[in-house]
Amino acid sequence: MDAQGTSQGPILPPAGVVHGPLGWLRANLFSTPFNSLLTVLCLYLLWITVPPLINWAIIDATVSGTDRTACAGASGACWTFVKMRFGQFIYGLYPIEERWRVNVVFAVGILLVLAALSPRVPGKLWSGGAFVFVFPVLAYVLLGGGLGLPVVETRLWGGLMLTLVVATTATVVSLPLGIILALARSSRMPIVKGTAVVFIEVVRGVPMITVLFMASVMLPLFLPPGMNFDKLMRALIGISLFASAYMAEVIRGGLQAIPRGQIEAAQALGLNYTRTMGLIVLPQALKLVIPGIVNSFISLFKDTTLVAIIGLFDLLGMVQTASTNPEWLGSSVEGYVFAAFVFGCFCLAMSRYSQALERRLETGHRRR
Amino acid sequence: MAVEAKATSSAPRTPVWRDPAIRSLAIQALLLVVVLGAGWWLLDNTRQNLNRQGIASGFGFLDHTAGFAIVMHLIPYSEASSYGMALGVALINTLLVTSLGIFLATVIGFFVGVARLSSNWLVARLAAFYVEALRNVPLLLQIFFWYFAVLRALPPPRESVTLFGAFFLNLRGLYVPAPVAASGFGLVLLAGGVALVAALGLGLWARRRRVATGQDFPAAAVSLGLLIGLPLLVAAATGFPMSWELPALKGFNFQGGLVLIPEFVAMVLAISLYAAAYIAEIVRSGILAVNRGQTEASLALGLSPAQTLRLVVVPQALRVIVPPLTSQYLNILKNSSLAAAIAYPELVSVFAGTVLNQTGQAIEVMAITMAIYLSVSLAISAFMNWYNGRNALRER
Repeated sequence: MDAQGTSQGPILPPAGVVHGPLGWLRANLFSTPFNSLLTVLCLYLLWITVPPLINWAIIDATVSGTDRTACAGASGACWTFVKMRFGQFIYGLYPIEERWRVNVVFAVGILLVLAALSPRVPGKLWSGGAFVFVFPVLAYVLLGGGLGLPVVETRLWGGLMLTLVVATTATVVSLPLGIILALARSSRMPIVKGTAVVFIEVVRGVPMITVLFMASVMLPLFLPPGMNFDKLMRALIGISLFASAYMAEVIRGGLQAIPRGQIEAAQALGLNYTRTMGLIVLPQALKLVIPGIVNSFISLFKDTTLVAIIGLFDLLGMVQTASTNPEWLGSSVEGYVFAAFVFGCFCLAMSRYSQALERRLETGHRRR
Repeated sequence: MAVEAKATSSAPRTPVWRDPAIRSLAIQALLLVVVLGAGWWLLDNTRQNLNRQGIASGFGFLDHTAGFAIVMHLIPYSEASSYGMALGVALINTLLVTSLGIFLATVIGFFVGVARLSSNWLVARLAAFYVEALRNVPLLLQIFFWYFAVLRALPPPRESVTLFGAFFLNLRGLYVPAPVAASGFGLVLLAGGVALVAALGLGLWARRRRVATGQDFPAAAVSLGLLIGLPLLVAAATGFPMSWELPALKGFNFQGGLVLIPEFVAMVLAISLYAAAYIAEIVRSGILAVNRGQTEASLALGLSPAQTLRLVVVPQALRVIVPPLTSQYLNILKNSSLAAAIAYPELVSVFAGTVLNQTGQAIEVMAITMAIYLSVSLAISAFMNWYNGRNALRER
């Protein structure tokens, strides 16, 4: 190479290519007449949408004041609404002097999740196990009360806190249920398999809202007269059952990706079914489906908004009730933008994580 | 013989509780007992609860008078109609939103998916922004946004937003011109039918000729000409027996034309924009899955870029696209139930909402609702599987 370069002069770049910003512009924005037209159209579109949006959201917006009169003359967004109702959006109607309990639960949960999910922190088994087994008990006691803490009824729970409680509970409950359903579905026993298939397919075939209706309207009918749960508990039962059907399909994907030789080798070593699955198949399968589990958590997180329909006030429900309050009439757009921003941040972060995870896990399993 | 007999008798006998066949029978019997027992327990509880509340059972209620009005009905319906008719109206409204949503989401999704792969940096970035922004915000929030923040904030009828003097958008909905058929319009429809049959026959003939002789016939262009030209010709010959009824402001509201209620418009907008973001990603991955060598080989064989796309890239991309697309279509059907939140009269809000509250027959109503969703889901996936089968790779 080197000898060639010196004997025939320096290697020149191909003719007709312009480098630098101008070259980039020509290659990426104006390569053909059609592309130039598209670029101009897009720029026009941006010109008519972005500046008014920035004006509305930042330049003409109002943040000061404590009620609607502060925004009376302004043409921009009235962020005062979000500022004044921020506490409700996050904690619902949770008593203000008890909010520290929610914060403690948030902090512990975030720490455990970060420890369990970030690649460099050791002790995954401990942090993951703590999140699945210890954290729910801690959260239940801290949020609900008891052990010396004043009791806070679940009808006061709301906002982002309720959204996270519902989504996390449903995921934690749906994991073991999903594993059992997935194993049952891949079983060779016809009745076991049939039961799992019917449950999974029926639940996946109907909208979540009908499952929620079932849980909130029909559960009291199904149970003997004395036995009843509060509204949140009923919603949690419905959503958890719904989520486990989807979780079962995610896990089944992982089970199918494990080569049959693994099971045969385990059986040849004399392991019984429980040990084959628990020690050989499931650890490999679950590792494969972590991105799938994160993805189903994302969709569950978004679907949690549906509890607003059966009268629970999650983040969206809180925004909705606050913006129909006569005190803040006409502030719905600001509320929706805030809710969309919160949901967007959570979902984007999680989906980026799951994509990164997929790339990291893929290397070990792809056939080359 | 003796040795064999001895070997069998001396081999360790499997204990009964370790025999896989017996064990599997026992597990299944146990499961059956548990499932049936739990089902019986729930049913018995329900029967007692319903008896105590004095609620009838059975499907007889479908013939009773409903006694409530429905804002949007495509089949004749009034307060005197039966619950069965209300179910029909609700089902049609669900199917309308679903089919319109599927159509629009597919069109927008393909467009955005292709745009994400554009060589134009700005177009690709905008498409990526669209996908990320719409996919990460809950659908219910988007429905609320379109309904409460956009459509409810529109001006009253007197200050409608007007488009071409024929479309009017206001608080009460979107008013569009309605076609009115005059005498002789049947002939135009007949011509359309004839053109459709002729186009189908032409397509079959052209394909057979190509297989037999290798000669190509521009069937698509000729069919299009037939489909548009023949009805137009007949309409011109009969003196255009058709007119448009324009909506007009009379008093406080518009009269005439077709009105699309705001709930419907919000629902269709939200559901198709949301699903389009997912479909765009499906389309993008489908196109990326087609090996670049396929395009190069096809160009080397002398096919034009358009032919390459139509005959080589798209059929192969469809194989990757169709299965996830099917589950998106099923999601659109299931998500149409969110319309209950803005009181668009569809299956969940009318039947599982109003009818359930009025009759109290929760079991029957929920069973019908779920059965309908399941059967429409099955119908959609059966159709998509058939379509996928036609495109599938035929291996030996």
